[in-house]
Amino acid sequence: MAHSLKDHRGRPVVVVTGIGIVTSVGEGKEDNWRNLTAGVSGVSKISRFPTEGLRTQIAGTIDWQGKDQYCAPVHSIGLAKKSAAEAIAQSGIGSKKSFPGPLFVANSPAETNWDQRMIVYNGKAGADSTGYERLLKNVRAGDFSRYFSLFQFISIAEHLADEFGTRGQPISLTTACASGATSVQLGVEAIRRGDTDAALCIGTDGGICEEMVVRFNLLSALSTQNDDPQGASKPFSKNRDGFVMAEGSATLVLESYESAKARGAKILGVVRGAGERADTFHRTRSTPDGSAIIDTITRSMADAGMAPAEIDCINAHGTSTPENDKMEYLSLSAALGSELDNTPISSNKSMIGHTLSAAGTIEAAISLLTIQNGVIPPTINCNEQDPNILMDVVPNEKRIQSVNSVMSNSFGFGGQNVCLIFSAEPA
Amino acid sequence: MSIEKTEVWITGIGLVSSLGEGPDAHWAQLKSGKVPVPSVDSESQAPYPVHPIVDISIDSQIPKRSDQRQMGPWQHLGTYAAGLALDDAGIAHNPELLAATNMIVAAGGGERDLDVDRVIMEKISGVENPGPVLNNLLNSELRPTLFLAQLSNLMAGNISIVHHVTDSSRTFMGEESAGVSAIETAVAQIQHGQGEIFLVGGAYIAERADMCMLMEFGHTLWQGEHNSVWSRKDGTGGMIMGSAGAFLILESRQHAEARGAKPYAKINTVVADRSNRQAGAARQVADGLFKQVSGQIPKGPLPVLSGCCGVQPQLKEEHDFLNSLSEFGIEPAIRGVTTMFGNTLETQLPLGVILASLAISRGEFFDPFDTTGIEKEFSGQPERVLISTWGHWRGESLALVEKPGVPLRGGN
Repeated sequence: MAHSLKDHRGRPVVVVTGIGIVTSVGEGKEDNWRNLTAGVSGVSKISRFPTEGLRTQIAGTIDWQGKDQYCAPVHSIGLAKKSAAEAIAQSGIGSKKSFPGPLFVANSPAETNWDQRMIVYNGKAGADSTGYERLLKNVRAGDFSRYFSLFQFISIAEHLADEFGTRGQPISLTTACASGATSVQLGVEAIRRGDTDAALCIGTDGGICEEMVVRFNLLSALSTQNDDPQGASKPFSKNRDGFVMAEGSATLVLESYESAKARGAKILGVVRGAGERADTFHRTRSTPDGSAIIDTITRSMADAGMAPAEIDCINAHGTSTPENDKMEYLSLSAALGSELDNTPISSNKSMIGHTLSAAGTIEAAISLLTIQNGVIPPTINCNEQDPNILMDVVPNEKRIQSVNSVMSNSFGFGGQNVCLIFSAEPA
Repeated sequence: MSIEKTEVWITGIGLVSSLGEGPDAHWAQLKSGKVPVPSVDSESQAPYPVHPIVDISIDSQIPKRSDQRQMGPWQHLGTYAAGLALDDAGIAHNPELLAATNMIVAAGGGERDLDVDRVIMEKISGVENPGPVLNNLLNSELRPTLFLAQLSNLMAGNISIVHHVTDSSRTFMGEESAGVSAIETAVAQIQHGQGEIFLVGGAYIAERADMCMLMEFGHTLWQGEHNSVWSRKDGTGGMIMGSAGAFLILESRQHAEARGAKPYAKINTVVADRSNRQAGAARQVADGLFKQVSGQIPKGPLPVLSGCCGVQPQLKEEHDFLNSLSEFGIEPAIRGVTTMFGNTLETQLPLGVILASLAISRGEFFDPFDTTGIEKEFSGQPERVLISTWGHWRGESLALVEKPGVPLRGGN
């Protein structure tokens, strides 16, 4: 079946021809790859806003866009523009401001943050009142058209559609921490349907602000190891105590194999399959028997037409929360059986932190770089592995190893689970 | 594609709005033989009138108190309407079917606690270094359930938890366009065998000052007395927002027939695009979209549901666009859905598809929703209904709901 343009189910093969990444560890593929394989952490003490009184004071923020006038959608759009420009340039597809396909953007909801809310509140017109009555009086009296164009829920996607000239109505989506993987899935499905030859799949999250930190602290989801920021994200470790929030963006240019070959594009990898299964158990926890995640993994392999033995390594969801890492191990061992013993599993979140809506896309990008380079980035901060997690987690040092296929896991709050499988171009 | 596209049937409806709950209640209001009277609340969000949601008996669709407590009114409404659609399609409580049911929810965000926001604003306003004060207030005032109730994807999450819909689950964000993309994507997936049965829809609560603020950032809201959307056509325009929860079960014909389910109608055409909304741009996009569907529309009277939200200049442009269908020999009988329901944002197209399905399955179109004379009578049995949905900020779309050649639900 080498060089076949159709997959095992007769659908168009979907390939990746462009990759772009921006994370807390670096800007661009080269920078990220160098730092990720060297085990560099991008987590630091938060300097964007005062952290006095917060239980968690660390994160993988990206501050080169300037932190004085932080605004979540502006930041998310800026990060996405960086990663998408890199991916589109690499693929060489389309022309400036004219991408020949639809746009699928995974992003956190664009919310009005406290800075903006207080700017509105402190206007003059409503000074005789309080609360939302005051806000609305001030809004009626002023010009807030910029906020209008930034805080619609479609805003991030619309601004990116303008920038890159994608086709049709862009889709802005969320499946919580699986969002990035969902954006890839939507692109794959559109190409498999024959609706388009190419799709631009972006994950972006620039949403770290006081309220987000407090919200996740309320769920006891975050690491509070403030004294050692770079050591705080420790997936699969015995003493892991939560995830570290982070920002970033990644973009994949997806194309049908047929059209990519026809235009002579360099193929960076194949999206072999995707699987999904929603959970019914709890808003922030998986079904204790792992059935939803197991199904997600199994369905991704069925979609790809691959057996567990064909998965060379796994890019873990690996958040560093006690719950996730335990469930991920349980589910992988059920889905892959004894093959898991021979399958290294690495968590990029140990270095980057958890980029929430962008994580699935970022990890998809790193999975493809893993295949390209034959190097598996390490799971850092693994000084004492959880004795109940009996996997090869590629502790602390990168692994040089030929990798033909990678499974990338994403499990979201709200029970939305997605698993993607990538492999090298058929030889 | 060489393969014949699968027919997509509408086999379940879940609808709650300012007018009532369920198809019969809506039909009674909208087909009473008189000009229907909208339900308007002029007080709670003054100076903005809104169409308030009717009371719903949450216990009937969300029986566990522990589940109810994890949601706010927006998630209650969506989870409730989704349950109605699953019941109506005969798939509720059927574990096998539910595990094979895909879901696309068109979502905004959940409610903020307005009192918490007020307290915090009062306490940090004028403070020289507000950061630490804000942190302490957030620590003491926010609650875990409040966060979960705000998460956009947790309407879908709650639907999975409460109703056990567990195949794929996607949440699209983005006002009217999200509802359009949700239905467009589900239809495309069914047509290409990427799923047999989908739960698709959304909910919107209009009685929310935080959402009023978001809309008013663009000075888009109508102030003062409620009126017909078309009567705002020659002025500065403005939106009246409306509450609704609307979910559909979309199903391949083969899948529906195999389980003995009858359709209300079929939906095989949804087209959408966008413009930058410079003067005339949306109209130009709509003209292009109409070319894609015109081949399926014969000359003569055509029932049209317009989701026209009321913001200028799109209000006038959409009206001009619909009138221009006469150039194709089409006589549009337009109904301004927003006159009766308000702009229900993400819910707008799901609501439109439900109304079209009712008209087709019951064999009658709605009488005019106002007395402006813009809405022409339509007599006879509708074979198809065109639905026009333009976003208040971005996105233009057309959908065509048609009568399939089989016996329908509702007896026609």
